[in-house]
Amino acid sequence: MRRRQLILGLGGASGALAFTLGLGWLQSRGRAQPPAALLPLPIGEMGFALTNHRGEPVRPADWIGRPTMAFFGFTWCPDVCPTTLSDISGWLDELGPDADRLNTVFITVDPERDTQQVLADYLANFDPRITGLTGPLAEVERAVAGFRARFEKVPRDGDYTMDHTAGVFLFRADGRFASIIDYHEDRRFALPKIRRVLT
Amino acid sequence: MKSLILSALLTLSAAPVLACETFTLGDLNIEHAWSRATIGADRPGVFYVEITNNGSTDDALIGIATPAAGMPMLHETVVTDGIASMPHAMSIPVPAGQTVELAPGGYHGMLMGLTTTLAEGDSFPVTLSFQNAGEVVVNVEVLSLRAEGPDCDDAN
Repeated sequence: MRRRQLILGLGGASGALAFTLGLGWLQSRGRAQPPAALLPLPIGEMGFALTNHRGEPVRPADWIGRPTMAFFGFTWCPDVCPTTLSDISGWLDELGPDADRLNTVFITVDPERDTQQVLADYLANFDPRITGLTGPLAEVERAVAGFRARFEKVPRDGDYTMDHTAGVFLFRADGRFASIIDYHEDRRFALPKIRRVLT
Repeated sequence: MKSLILSALLTLSAAPVLACETFTLGDLNIEHAWSRATIGADRPGVFYVEITNNGSTDDALIGIATPAAGMPMLHETVVTDGIASMPHAMSIPVPAGQTVELAPGGYHGMLMGLTTTLAEGDSFPVTLSFQNAGEVVVNVEVLSLRAEGPDCDDAN
């Protein structure tokens, strides 16, 4: 338990360091941009090694060549995550065969509970084109840092829950960041955004 | 008479949906009570419902109880700067003349400590406690994990 806290602490510290470095980089580029404009890295510049729910290793370079739609969550989440997975499944339905060209990924921020098998059982309820990713916490943190996303483990009633970035990230086939579908954004804007990265 | 029409409608519709049942408590109408299927009983379940206050006095939902979960509570999904969190909601206002939804992405009941897996097609009772109107028991229909709400003729 103590070791886990230590690891979490280190993760948090490195996350904070990455954020500070990112902020420094941003400030050196000019004061016009607010910190909120910290954009996800191009996929080609990300570094992480995760495992998908089928047990295959996944590295960011594997995604280059196809547009990518990705979001963070955890399977113990009762509201946001099933809703987002349900939305995504609906979008994939509407896109039809075009959606076969997308990398659609769900990255857990709770690898402690979300093992490969847990992800596989959970994703069986949604569109089969959604790939779940898990791995060591440090690798999840590297992925989150690359997306400029955030997550936090929050103790709750003797258990815990996860706060996490809720938007859906879209990247072009060459790996450049395209846009985010915000959680509370009007869902009518989602399909045009996805179609834009598919063209 | 109203219930007669309602049951007639239910019989007519291709697949009668339990979640479309309406419950009345004083000036409150409670409908669209549904939940999502869970994988096992370890994960928390969720509870959604729609409450309309037809009266002229404000009320508030102050608690939920159910034999399906040891620790049911009211939560609200809040997205701040893109980060989703789920703070406790001490009570959910049901103002006079308004409809309040516990729906995906907002207020919801969080069913911690499930006593059993919630399987699609199951139903379970939930007791809603209101500040003024008192208590009412509603039947909650378990829809698929992928569901976004019950498919009722009167639903928007």
